[in-house]
Amino acid sequence: MAGNDLPGALAGIRVVELAGEASAYAGLILAGMGAEVIVVEPPDGHHTRGFEPFLHDVPDPERSLWWWHYNASKLGVTLDLGDEDGRDRFRSLVATVDVVLESERPGRLADLGIDHDTLRADHPELIWVSLTPFGRNGPRSQEESIDLTVLAAGGPVWSCGYDDHAIPPQRGGGNQGYQTGSVFAVLSAQTALLARDRTGQGQFVDVSMHAAANVTTEFGSVQWLVAGDEVQRQTGRHAAIEPTTFTRALSADGIDVNTGFPPRSARDFAVVVEWMESLGLKDQFEEFFFLEMGAQLEEDLHLSQVGQDPEVTAMFGAAREAVRFISENITAYEFFIGAQERGLAVGIIYSPEEVLADPHFQERGFPVEVEHEDLGRTFTYLGAPYIAPKSPYRIRHRAPHLGEHNSIIEALA
Amino acid sequence: MKSEALSHIRICDFTGQLAGAGATRWMAAFGAEIIRIEDPVRLGKWDVLRGTSPFVDDRRGHEFGGCFNNHNVEKLGVTLNLRTERGKELLAEIISVSDAVTENFAAGVLERLGFGYDRLKEIKPDILYVSNCGFGHVGPYCKYKTWGPIVQACCGLTFTSGLPDMPSAGWGYSYMDHHGGNFMAMAIMAGLIHRSRTGEGQWIDMSCTDAGATMLGPVALDYTVNGRPLRRDGMPYSNRSQFPAMAPHGIYEADGHDAWLALAARDDRDWQAIARLMGINDPRFDDLAGRLAYEDELDDAVRAWSSGRDRFKAAAELQAVGVPAAGVAKPEDRIDNDPNTEAWGLWPTVTHGEMGRVRVDGIPAHFSETDWVLERGAPLLGQHNRQILGGLLGHSDAELTDLAAEGVI
Repeated sequence: MAGNDLPGALAGIRVVELAGEASAYAGLILAGMGAEVIVVEPPDGHHTRGFEPFLHDVPDPERSLWWWHYNASKLGVTLDLGDEDGRDRFRSLVATVDVVLESERPGRLADLGIDHDTLRADHPELIWVSLTPFGRNGPRSQEESIDLTVLAAGGPVWSCGYDDHAIPPQRGGGNQGYQTGSVFAVLSAQTALLARDRTGQGQFVDVSMHAAANVTTEFGSVQWLVAGDEVQRQTGRHAAIEPTTFTRALSADGIDVNTGFPPRSARDFAVVVEWMESLGLKDQFEEFFFLEMGAQLEEDLHLSQVGQDPEVTAMFGAAREAVRFISENITAYEFFIGAQERGLAVGIIYSPEEVLADPHFQERGFPVEVEHEDLGRTFTYLGAPYIAPKSPYRIRHRAPHLGEHNSIIEALA
Repeated sequence: MKSEALSHIRICDFTGQLAGAGATRWMAAFGAEIIRIEDPVRLGKWDVLRGTSPFVDDRRGHEFGGCFNNHNVEKLGVTLNLRTERGKELLAEIISVSDAVTENFAAGVLERLGFGYDRLKEIKPDILYVSNCGFGHVGPYCKYKTWGPIVQACCGLTFTSGLPDMPSAGWGYSYMDHHGGNFMAMAIMAGLIHRSRTGEGQWIDMSCTDAGATMLGPVALDYTVNGRPLRRDGMPYSNRSQFPAMAPHGIYEADGHDAWLALAARDDRDWQAIARLMGINDPRFDDLAGRLAYEDELDDAVRAWSSGRDRFKAAAELQAVGVPAAGVAKPEDRIDNDPNTEAWGLWPTVTHGEMGRVRVDGIPAHFSETDWVLERGAPLLGQHNRQILGGLLGHSDAELTDLAAEGVI
């Protein structure tokens, strides 16, 4: 949908975001949906402007790619909230917005006299979304916290790692504790906007990153809640009660693939037989006979019979090994396409940059060019999570320079 | 009692699993009327979770799937046999009074059922249609099959998790089923907001792999701007901090079976507090550059302190000196023994028609005026046929009896 310049779904909605490491992603998404998001920094710049990586590795507040990514589509203003004049201007700004988004430590804004409790009386229609590590009022609300500790305390880390439990469990990359909190902050803002359509009333929303992580662990929580069972982590596959078999293989070009779930139907067995024959691998695979046997099945293999019925066990095992054997003899991409074109659900384990080069993502218009007129060139950014033709999600422009849009504030004075 | 936040919204919902059902779950918790359409012939098992583990007891079958209950709380259940003309007519009646139609079938399935977007618009010109599948409905992979781990592999997330020279650890669960659902909920609500402003419906094409790829921004820009790929020697090393650089930053052995402690120094002040507490006195670690250059040795020094200590007591000692730290929580720790999740009400108990009272995931946001409510479990198969087909659409009891006898509902 490149070139779709229609306004977004949140056009006409103004959001003020107090710059924050955890809330930045929420502001980015709201801006992508078309809201006018004004990010407020201290006069000397928010500390995330000091985050790597930097353009050509030269540290500079205007060269942080972290800042570029998370603040694209936003407008930027500076305010000194430690100063009464700055707070007055913040109050004036709040009077013009629909949504306040902030991830300040609980209590800080109250101490400054610019929290929701103080401002709500004058602005009953205001929606205020607070994103904090443990929520605003819980017993752990004053703990020191970063993405790593959110994910460790909140459950995701427990389920993630290697079969060898002497290796520490792993925290997946990309600050997903912050981002998961931000995703729920966006859902909260949208829900409160829809509620306001009906009632005319704004409200305060307290979003907890720890709670967000806790309810984003799939079986890790449900297995315990329903059956009192504790899942155990496994290399590259779901943490589970009972160990499961491998789903990872190393393809001929050294890139990992996810081999998916082994064939169980006659159709899938026949597909694997045909694929092996077409690759000339048939004679190198000793259990080929069991694949041909599977292709004659009248009904799908039942998992409950694996390990019980010797023929079923042999066919199931042969199918799993056959898929792995194929993957080891061709490139990861050939394997991914070859299997999926044959109706077998497998995956290629892309590094993030490889996603942008993939023809599917390109055809969907996922990589987008963002103009940096200040540098006289464009750079490729990540695009939209969904395609909405009438109210497009898109990156509207590069992230703001420090104080670039202070005229917004000056107009209020 | 219901939340009033979204009580003015009705959705004709075909979603299943978690990547779809998670979307309408959020909206149901906030009071939207979610009418889940299921197939009476196959006992609703186009969502396999209807009959899969975990189970509350020894009973098995399509009313006992623990995940199904978790993901479909507060929704209504209607059965329609869409192989029959009468079933299709009833579906059209439901669509005609709905704000949105939602589904996460493989691309093209709803169209083959006779309800592609053109048909939906015929029934209701301003309908919002949100489809969600692994690769979306446009592009060369749109027919490809996925589930959580395949999505995570193809969007770059799996690769980001793990240690150098080791296979990817991945996420250990379907992280992108959660966020597939969450981004779908965003897409639905964005579409509803647009519709309420303009009166205009649309078809929003949601792709889980696109959504997942949006979650890896700085590392992607490091490549597109600086030409530095994440696939390089020594990377990824996911327990270490990438952006911004911090050291120490990791998950360290603690006392007990499979017990671990997460901690980090955000800056030199944090490091000085850690060094004082742990009795580490090594000038190489005085500044961040030194700590990064000797990170293996630094990790060894931290581990020497942590390995004999209880993970929660050690975290409390670190917190007491202002350092971010947490024990790696096992399910029991965070569900049954964490005062914060308890104070939040994070594990509400719902009542299910067959399973009885079961705890489920709560919602990680509290609203001051229109907070969420989770009381009712997932619908039994066809549980709300009378309420919807009779109460909402006005069909008589006699008609419903005939429809049941004819295998339509």
